[in-house]
Amino acid sequence: MLTESLVVSAILFGIGVFGVLVRRNAIVIFMCIEVMLNAVNLSFVALAQQLGRDGQVVVFFVMAVAAAEAAVGLAIMIAIYRHRASVNVNQINLLKG
Amino acid sequence: MMAFVFWQFAALAIVAALLCITRKNPVASALWLVVTLFAIAGLFVLLDAHFLAALQVLVYAGAIMVLFLFVIMLLNLGRERATDIIGWGGRVATLAVAGLLVTQLWMVRGAAPPPELTLPTGALADATRTLGAVAMISEPLFRDYLLPFELTSLLLLAAIVGAVVLAKRKV
Amino acid sequence: MTVVAVESIWLVVLVPFLGFLANGALSFTRPTATRLIGGVGVGATALSFLLTLGVVAAFDPAGHEPVVVTLWTWMGVGRLSVDLAFQVDQLAIVMLLVVTGVGTLIHIFSVGYMREDPGYARYFAYLNLFVGFMLILVLGASFPVMFVGWEGVGLCSYLLIGFWFSDKANADAGKKAFLMNRIGDFGFLVAMFLIYQATGSLSFVRVFEAAPQAFVAGGRLITLVTLALFLGCTGKSAQIPLYTWLPDAMAGPTPVSALIHAATMVTAGVYLVARTNVLFAMAPVSSFVVAGIGAATALFAATIALKQWDIKKVLAYSTVSQLGYMFLGVGVGAYAAGVFHLVTHAFFKALLFLGAGSVIHALHHAYHHTDAAADPQDLRNMGGLRRAMPWTAAVMWIATLAIAGIPGFSGFFSKDEILASTFARGHEAGAFYVLWGAGALAALLTAFYMTRMMLYAFHGPNRTGEAEGARVHEAPWVMTGPLVVLALGSLTAGALNLPAILPGAGWLHHWLEPVTELGAQYVPEAHLAAATEWTLLAFATLIALAGIVGAVVFLKPARLVRAADAVPEVGLQRLLLRKWYVDELYDATVVRPLVWLSDRVFWRFVDQGVIDGAGVNGSASIARAVGWIGARFQTGQLGTYVFVFVIGAWLILRAVVR
Repeated sequence: MLTESLVVSAILFGIGVFGVLVRRNAIVIFMCIEVMLNAVNLSFVALAQQLGRDGQVVVFFVMAVAAAEAAVGLAIMIAIYRHRASVNVNQINLLKG
Repeated sequence: MMAFVFWQFAALAIVAALLCITRKNPVASALWLVVTLFAIAGLFVLLDAHFLAALQVLVYAGAIMVLFLFVIMLLNLGRERATDIIGWGGRVATLAVAGLLVTQLWMVRGAAPPPELTLPTGALADATRTLGAVAMISEPLFRDYLLPFELTSLLLLAAIVGAVVLAKRKV
Repeated sequence: MTVVAVESIWLVVLVPFLGFLANGALSFTRPTATRLIGGVGVGATALSFLLTLGVVAAFDPAGHEPVVVTLWTWMGVGRLSVDLAFQVDQLAIVMLLVVTGVGTLIHIFSVGYMREDPGYARYFAYLNLFVGFMLILVLGASFPVMFVGWEGVGLCSYLLIGFWFSDKANADAGKKAFLMNRIGDFGFLVAMFLIYQATGSLSFVRVFEAAPQAFVAGGRLITLVTLALFLGCTGKSAQIPLYTWLPDAMAGPTPVSALIHAATMVTAGVYLVARTNVLFAMAPVSSFVVAGIGAATALFAATIALKQWDIKKVLAYSTVSQLGYMFLGVGVGAYAAGVFHLVTHAFFKALLFLGAGSVIHALHHAYHHTDAAADPQDLRNMGGLRRAMPWTAAVMWIATLAIAGIPGFSGFFSKDEILASTFARGHEAGAFYVLWGAGALAALLTAFYMTRMMLYAFHGPNRTGEAEGARVHEAPWVMTGPLVVLALGSLTAGALNLPAILPGAGWLHHWLEPVTELGAQYVPEAHLAAATEWTLLAFATLIALAGIVGAVVFLKPARLVRAADAVPEVGLQRLLLRKWYVDELYDATVVRPLVWLSDRVFWRFVDQGVIDGAGVNGSASIARAVGWIGARFQTGQLGTYVFVFVIGAWLILRAVVR
């Protein structure tokens, strides 16, 4: 099942990338990032079946980090929303050079 | 039999992901993401990662997505609104890029891991049966990966503090 | 028993520098302590003179090798090693005595002349500095050390010409002198580089030793080297084409003109040629150029002096002319004769300048009392001064007779020696007879214009004005005393080098032989038959008398009017008065084009346009443009950033996955 899993993982990753690029709502972009992360997790687990449980430990860590990232990212979104009354990334462009 | 179940879950995951990224309503997106996560949890089980499947449901679907929904509700984004998907020109370009990326990843699919590293078939399943699902993860976690474990806890601490500080209403 | 060893020669050089430092300090702290300042200034130079006498006494006159006193290694770069070393030989001693001796007399004169000047201390400081540098010049044992002195005297000349710098004309004269000297210095430097390349050394002893092997006699390289050296000489010694700074240099105090622009600095060029005589002797073409330019300058300057009204300008052109004689001498291979004329000229020219200084001093005081605006240096404002200043008149007549070449006076012997040497080489090439002719004609003109000067200044009716004329009186003894000493020198110095036909002849020639023998190998020793020699002597006497008598007969001092009432000259007279318009010619052909070039090309185009515009501003603009391009990437849009992320990830994957 390794090959099939990797294929599914690739497709999901591609979907995630597509989502990040086409959506402008920041929260939805976050969700698409979660999709990408999960695709990668799937890859790791699939390989762990062949190569040992280290892959699963990595997935554990990825989940922990993803949780932290989601928390902080959403906090930032809230803070931005307070200032700009919008989470549209097109309008969060103060770094425009 | 296993293959059939596998493809069911896989199809579910992919369809749900597609739907997730295309909904206008962020709440709908979030809910479809939950479905995706469940499907992936199923795939985990099929791949002999039982504990991780449980974690996926508990942590990802149970905690992270709840957080997402909280925030969406907090910011009052649950209404029907104009689509925020970019115009067709961008979509085409992005499709091309995403397609390329997938192609690259596709190339790897045929590559098998080197034989000297590969475990005998079913070794992981056996180990799970012998040690228990939790022990499968916890043993390396508290032995070989103790340092990353501790660091991750620090990371979580930092994230907590950061999130609280950032989201505070500055009075 | 010698009190001073030859090796103590460095003391001779050090003392004037100490004087400079002391007077320099005094100029800031106690500028009005005239007695102290004068004491230090005169004392330093006098001490130098006494030490020189000591060194002379300790020197072995029969020595064929120069005594080189090395102080320390100045520079060691790669294969080049130059020491700070002084060389004492017969030629250096002659120059030493002239510089310190005449220098001391002029310092004494200055005590009186500059007494009321507020820059008294500064003056003596600069004058001591000059003596110090001049001593380095004549004592240097290598080209670089000599060059230090060369440049140093140029600097002091600039400082002293522009001594009263608050008048822009004086400052401009100083600048002009320095810049023209710079052109000559370029020649000196080029020659140094070539000499080093050919011989591998820059010290005189080694270069002259190696010269016969390193250079091909009569070849292109040696000719180039010597011509380059001579360019330096034309600058420093005011020959054609770089002579125009000397008349302008009269803007400085008169004792400065006496010391620097008559007796010492301007003779540095002659000294250089005499010192490097072996190089010049190996290059007959260059030597002829030297002689030719010398003769031409002698004649040319003499014509200008005929019509000058400023007493100092007459003397300035006379100096240029006499320097021409010296170069004529060393150019035809008569190195000792050139040096001989240098010595006698130092005496009578310094005397003439100092005497003129006394006159100017007296007239200046007279005009100052009545607040008249007349020029105290204009001959037309003088006249009949022998009645008021008998001593000055007497000594100046002695100097005039010397410079005119009346037998018995020193100038007669030195000038005759040069002309005889030139004539003697006539059998090689007719061109030498032409040079001799130019020299003879210049001698006639010299006698004429010097007599003219004396007649207009000291004889005839007095034109200074009723009130002022009565106030003119003889200078104090501190000023007249040195004049008398110099007059004695002008009278007796001829004995140094009598012509071959007289007993006790050629003493200086023999004395200098260890130095000139190197060059003498290449220059045929020219001898004149006794009869020819006597004829030439007689002819020279005739010319001198003709000049003097001609001036007395044709010039009527009584017909002169005061400068203020004078009618402007026309025709040939104006041409001579305006110095053949050479300054104007230089201005139009050299100065204006250079200024235009500097302004339009170097400043507007190169400096402002290229360096500022393209270089400085241009690079800033480029940086800004590149930055602008870079800024286009910073859209601030998250989508853009992620897009680029993805592209990057894809590229990395491509590179890694194979």
